[in-house]
Amino acid sequence: MDARRPPRAVIDPKVRTVGFFTPPDPIQFDSNSLSPVMIPPPCHSSENLDLHSPPSVTPPSGDESVSVTGSYNGSSSELFPAPMSPALSQKIVAGDGGVGGGIVASSFPRGGGVPVCKLTTVSVVNTDSFAFDERDKPNKGGGSSMEVKDQAMNSKQKNEKSSKAERRALQEAQRAAKAEGNKATGTVTSGNLKSAKATKPPQKVDNTSVAASEKKGVDRPSEKDRKKDVPHPRMQYDDKSRVEKAKRRAVVNHTESRNRVELFRHLPQYEHGSQLPDLEAKFFQLEPVHPSVYKVGLQYLSGDISGGNARCIAMLQAFQDAIKDYTVPPEKTLVRDLTAKISSYVSFLIECRPLSISMGNAIRFLKSQIAKLPLTLSESESKTSLQSDIERFIYEKIILADKVIVEHAVTKIRDGDVLLTYGSSSAVEMILLRAHELGKQFQVVVVDSRPSLKGKLLLRRLVEKGLTCTYTHINAVSFIMHEVTRVFLGASSVLSNGTVYSGVGTASVAMVAHAFHVPVIVCCEAFKFHERVQLDSICSNELGDPDVISKVSGRGDVNHLDAWANAENLQLLNLIYDATPSDYVSIIVTDYGMIPPTSVPVVVREYSREQVWI
Amino acid sequence: MPDVHTLVNEFLNQLKKRKIEGSQATAKQAAELLRSVISQQRLPQTHQATALISAVRAVGEKLIAANPVELAVGNIVRRVLHIIREEDLSLATAAIDGLELSAVSDDEDDVERDDYPVLSAAAVAAAARSTLRPPSLQTLLEDTPISAAIPHTSSSGGDSEGKSRSVDKSSRGRKLKHDVIEAVNELIQDISTCYEQIAEQAVEHIHQNEVILTLGSSKTVLEFLCAAKEKKRSFKVFVAEGAPRYQGHLLAKELAARGLQTTVITDSAVFAMISRVNMVIVGAHAVMANGGVIAPVGLNMVALAAQRHAVPFVVLAGSHKLCPLYPHNPEVLLNELRSPSELLDFGEFSDCMDSASGGSLHVVNPTFDYVPPKLVSLFITDTGGHNPSYMYRLIADYYSADDLVVKRRPATTS
Repeated sequence: MDARRPPRAVIDPKVRTVGFFTPPDPIQFDSNSLSPVMIPPPCHSSENLDLHSPPSVTPPSGDESVSVTGSYNGSSSELFPAPMSPALSQKIVAGDGGVGGGIVASSFPRGGGVPVCKLTTVSVVNTDSFAFDERDKPNKGGGSSMEVKDQAMNSKQKNEKSSKAERRALQEAQRAAKAEGNKATGTVTSGNLKSAKATKPPQKVDNTSVAASEKKGVDRPSEKDRKKDVPHPRMQYDDKSRVEKAKRRAVVNHTESRNRVELFRHLPQYEHGSQLPDLEAKFFQLEPVHPSVYKVGLQYLSGDISGGNARCIAMLQAFQDAIKDYTVPPEKTLVRDLTAKISSYVSFLIECRPLSISMGNAIRFLKSQIAKLPLTLSESESKTSLQSDIERFIYEKIILADKVIVEHAVTKIRDGDVLLTYGSSSAVEMILLRAHELGKQFQVVVVDSRPSLKGKLLLRRLVEKGLTCTYTHINAVSFIMHEVTRVFLGASSVLSNGTVYSGVGTASVAMVAHAFHVPVIVCCEAFKFHERVQLDSICSNELGDPDVISKVSGRGDVNHLDAWANAENLQLLNLIYDATPSDYVSIIVTDYGMIPPTSVPVVVREYSREQVWI
Repeated sequence: MPDVHTLVNEFLNQLKKRKIEGSQATAKQAAELLRSVISQQRLPQTHQATALISAVRAVGEKLIAANPVELAVGNIVRRVLHIIREEDLSLATAAIDGLELSAVSDDEDDVERDDYPVLSAAAVAAAARSTLRPPSLQTLLEDTPISAAIPHTSSSGGDSEGKSRSVDKSSRGRKLKHDVIEAVNELIQDISTCYEQIAEQAVEHIHQNEVILTLGSSKTVLEFLCAAKEKKRSFKVFVAEGAPRYQGHLLAKELAARGLQTTVITDSAVFAMISRVNMVIVGAHAVMANGGVIAPVGLNMVALAAQRHAVPFVVLAGSHKLCPLYPHNPEVLLNELRSPSELLDFGEFSDCMDSASGGSLHVVNPTFDYVPPKLVSLFITDTGGHNPSYMYRLIADYYSADDLVVKRRPATTS
């Protein structure tokens, strides 16, 4: 009890702000606008104003707005004449149906510059991103959910539940405008894709209003959008037809392992070791995969790159390279083609090793960045913009986030503490080293487990830096826990029911710590949060190479399982992750501050919003 | 005599060097050793039982000191002592039976009295075991007045005094030794067959399609599972490998060879898998009188996980593992740290240690875990299934309260 009190006290203001409205930054980093993590405070004030004031100003008559729209469109086409062929835009309009109208309606005010404008500009942005999302979805496949952006428009138009009469009035107006617009100025204005792009620059100009409208959308997403938010079901490997389909597409040849664990039929269980040479041999036949991506894939496959952050960074950098070398094929648009390309890379990477949740989030970010590229940008400009976006993501979401986490978590280390950590987490390592730099006197207990033995690597780095360490294996955790005062754990992901999804064994360590009343501190960057929920470690997991279990490194005497594959009744199970129930976790340290596990869904929600305009 | 001496020393060395693996093997060897000690012990004309007891104690003390963590040795020493006392008692009662009734009641009573304040259960158990003195209302009633009447027999050597009154001593001495050796043989027999007796109960506890989790390797568990398999039950077994010895591999191999669906998991995956497990069945190193278990390292974690998921945690233990002591700080006092080389290769970190940065590295590699009684759902011993809270009573059957402390008594008496 005593131990839990301090965190709560510290968290208090921050958490609250994270949850509902943007904080006037608790962290210094934000003040110099480095971190996109915090929603900038000014936007909020403006947002709130916008939300409430504009409706009253909204032109009541549909006609007026239409006329405005018309004029605006005319000007817009003058301003940005280049990229669109009317035919194409037409098509898109047709395809997207209702959305186009929304754009028209919403786009009008920009020209007008009336107070309304802010709000509606916002909705422009939303709609076009919506349109993109629609297109993206097939590509995204397993991706999910965070299509928050599109909610704004929809909710405005369709949400009858909205309590405020004014808002309804606004919606009416917009609908009318849309109808009119479609009839009258359809060809010129619409093409949600292109015109959206045309309207992009303004969006960049007043980010704040974008955020505002998003906020608004967030507040009352319609039923339909809610459903869209639900993550797609993952690939279930016991579904034969889908597995067959996937196999046909696959680049990497997988052979199903013979002794499969019945309980995990829904997860891929392949023979390991055979793919690597196979892939290497195929290098020159695999035309579509960029060499950097290919390299990263091989590194995943061989296990050279492991750990959530390292994998994520490697992947993003590979994509950066790929984008650098990318040229738009003739008669294709960058946005569509590049998205498809990235998707194919991603599926290649998935074949090498299933994506971690953090990587999924990063990919979603990249795709939304691509989708949001203004049409006006030339190819090279958009490429550099994307590259810098990736750069920024890596810097802000991972590197900077880690720094913030370290600053928070270090406050939880006192002199004389005995800190226990499990496996190897880059965030925890940084925290320990930072605390050591600060001259705090503490001991570290590194708990490790087979087969990865990552803790050994961490131990080496810590000992080299001069920390006092104790090393033990996971079975001894209840022996050593008597002496421990804090448990620091890394996480692969934090799910929105507070479950910490992390390297296998984390749950055991957290459980034992809980049983011994030792506070458990989970360190996790916010970009690893995910809105999926999970109760056990079985429904979704990753299976590693079972062979590594049969061999114990440095122990020649343990060789009973050498010929395990021949034994009919014998299976080896190498789980990679497990799910720690939220009640074992005392606090989660993120770049937003220190929050209880119950606040995770709040962060997930806010975070998904903000990614749109990062 | 020198023969016994060398035997004892050899066994001591083995214990000290931890050459004997497993409490069953240790128990068996200890019992055999004590048998030869008894058979070679020359008995004086009087106080034969006392002489035997002190001889066994002297050896037992050394054995226990050689490996204080191997509780099975102490258990066997105590059981042999208990056997000597019981045999002596039954001889005394048999001999005196015809002669004078008062002596019988006297004799029996001072044992009773002796035990009563310390561990009444032990006394009642001892009574229950010897058919001569069934625990009846009468004995209980007789108890108080007579003990009050004869205060001089209250010392620990009371029963030998009572015996010293008996008539033909030499024949009785031979008889005593013979009986004791018979009984020790029985004990050895019990130890070697305890698997079967435990395994016989397997069908009562394992049902069709059960999923069972175990950690490390235990012969008892192996036999138990196989017995259920032989009875045509089909079930699955998850075996956690049990670092740092990885004996789970061995167990898994044996189970698979006997046709059981076996899955090896890492120790770290126990928590993940336990939600799909119906029962945890494990072996123990020793069972303490409070129902706590000294078990291979890692089992506390498994027990906690099982408790979280309301999975029954069943401990199989032969009667030689039942220890009459109550644990105090067992994680430390009844534990042993094994060689770090099981975790890190020798010299693996030597390059880091040389640096002037001042970092230091300890490696902790304990052998045992203590599982508190509240985490144990059931004990299955060769006498059946028992609650943790009942263990003290079960244990009282096997030991007499005089022997609980083997060590100090000889120091004061001899």
